[in-house]
Amino acid sequence: MSRTVLQVQGVTKRFGGLVAVRDMSFDVTEHQVMGIIGPNGSGKSTMINMISGLFAPSEGSIRLNGADLAGLPAHKTARLGVGRTFQLVRLLPELSVVENVVAGAVFGHRRTWGRTAELHARQLLDRVGLGGAIGLPVSSLTYIDTKRVELARALAGDPAVLLLDEWLAGLNPTELATGIDLVRSLRDEGRTIILVEHVMDAIRSLCDRCVVMSSGAKIAQGTPAEVLSDPGVIRAYLGEDEDA
Amino acid sequence: MSGQEFLKALPWVALLIAAVFVPFVAGPYWLSMATTMAMFVVLATSWALFSGPTHYISLATAAFFGVGTFVTGLGFQTLPFWMLPLIAAGLGGILAALVGMVTLRLSGVYFVIFTLGLAELVRQVVTWVQNQTGQRGMYVLTSITERDIYWMLLGLAALVYLAGWLIGRSKLGFALRIIGNDETVARHVGIDTALAKVALFTIPGMAAAAVGAMLAPRYIYIEPSTAFAPLLSFQVVIMALLGGTGRLWGPLAGVIPFTLLWEFITRQAPNQTLLLLGVVFLLIVYVLPGGFVGLWARIRRRFHQGGGA
Ligand SMILES: Nc1ncnc2c1ncn2[C@@H]1O[C@H](COP(=O)(O)OP(=O)(O)OP(=O)(O)O)[C@@H](O)[C@H]1O
Ligand SMILES: [Mg+2]
Repeated sequence: MSRTVLQVQGVTKRFGGLVAVRDMSFDVTEHQVMGIIGPNGSGKSTMINMISGLFAPSEGSIRLNGADLAGLPAHKTARLGVGRTFQLVRLLPELSVVENVVAGAVFGHRRTWGRTAELHARQLLDRVGLGGAIGLPVSSLTYIDTKRVELARALAGDPAVLLLDEWLAGLNPTELATGIDLVRSLRDEGRTIILVEHVMDAIRSLCDRCVVMSSGAKIAQGTPAEVLSDPGVIRAYLGEDEDA
Repeated sequence: MSGQEFLKALPWVALLIAAVFVPFVAGPYWLSMATTMAMFVVLATSWALFSGPTHYISLATAAFFGVGTFVTGLGFQTLPFWMLPLIAAGLGGILAALVGMVTLRLSGVYFVIFTLGLAELVRQVVTWVQNQTGQRGMYVLTSITERDIYWMLLGLAALVYLAGWLIGRSKLGFALRIIGNDETVARHVGIDTALAKVALFTIPGMAAAAVGAMLAPRYIYIEPSTAFAPLLSFQVVIMALLGGTGRLWGPLAGVIPFTLLWEFITRQAPNQTLLLLGVVFLLIVYVLPGGFVGLWARIRRRFHQGGGA
């Protein structure tokens, strides 16, 4: 049996009267790629945001290698080993591309500084396929390149678990193929990843296991093949008319 | 320090040495002007160290400054003078840290209002204490001359520049640039943003209190309404923004023209000084966003493009 890295138990998030996430539980083991899928507004990003410390859960616990993350501010979860990208890419516009990545290497889970941090950042930029655009200002990067920079920044702290919130969204078909290869290479190097995705091809080819969310609750879990043939899941995706 | 950095620092060191000799060549009028400039250089530069990267506008300068003047007012008879700016800096730093812990979680607007209110709050407390003890203002009669004040301020300015230079190369400086760009990202890469902001906010707090302590002998008589005058806070903000906060030399570039202009207007039309404040403010907003630093950056970009485009 693989070791459990992240354990989500009974997590609920309320925004006023709205229950965005309802009693979610799942485990992520070491070197696993866990997919979180579900229709728009089903609570996937909210789940990610609670793991990364952007929001505190209303109830439940989130354990990373034994430490309880629930309610910790983001800088603490980052130091404990959570790395993430954002659904809407967030770069640091006044910093250079290299500095954007160095930012992820100085204060987080693994820390370096100075020459070492810069070399590390350059290696990561090469690793995500951005070696050529290193000297450009952030504002002139193409969309996929901004995603690459953000990914490199998340990797720079060598996270124990990497959260990718729709990292593949908005890419054209060629870029998508490149993107899938890149995430697969991360998986092959043994990273533990939670992947929020709408792109079915990506889910099939990348995820070891998936949880499916609908209206904030978990409606299925299993291998991608299992959950994607589950009648309840198909209903959730096709007819958004179900309640509860 | 590498050879290249040494060469870059050289003109600034030369400027500082030249500034040391000002009292030997300047008459009383220009010495007094130079002292005022040195005072604003310290206040505006230390202000910009915090507000530049964080984009928080602090109007607390008068509060720290006033605390400093009262430290001298209360202590000059019993303590050696050199200790007073140190004590003031300590108190200013503590006050700034307390205020920072309470307010830096708030958004920018609340922070501005709170810091403005702070000077008034401290003033009321001091007035109340004075009323309880039956005092009014106090006389600060010392043998400190204008020259002494000028040199002390110059030394303090050198310290502020040194601090700014060191912070710029430190992890704290890097953290602040990240915070200024995107605070959410800053937290997610592991930066304790509240701590970083509080730590930095103590610098203008310490500097302004030390300035107050050094300048108290110049006023001879101090009372709460002048020591905590809110105008000072606004002048500092305007000068720093006029110069620009993006570079360490920015506030200096704002202080020199503004102080000269202010002096000119005070003599010609004493009632129009507030108008100057307003006009310069509009100038910054509409013509000079980024201040002279921003202007300089634009000129250089033009130049590098060979005047094309
Ligand atoms: N900060 C917030 N305040 C109030 N409501 C929120 C907040 N964030 C999310 N919600 C609500 O919570 C619900 C779940 O949103 P969430 O962003 O988690 O969905 P999602 O599954 O990521 O959707 P998508 O696939 O469109 O990204 C939505 O109804 C959303 O409006
Ligand atoms: Mg989402």
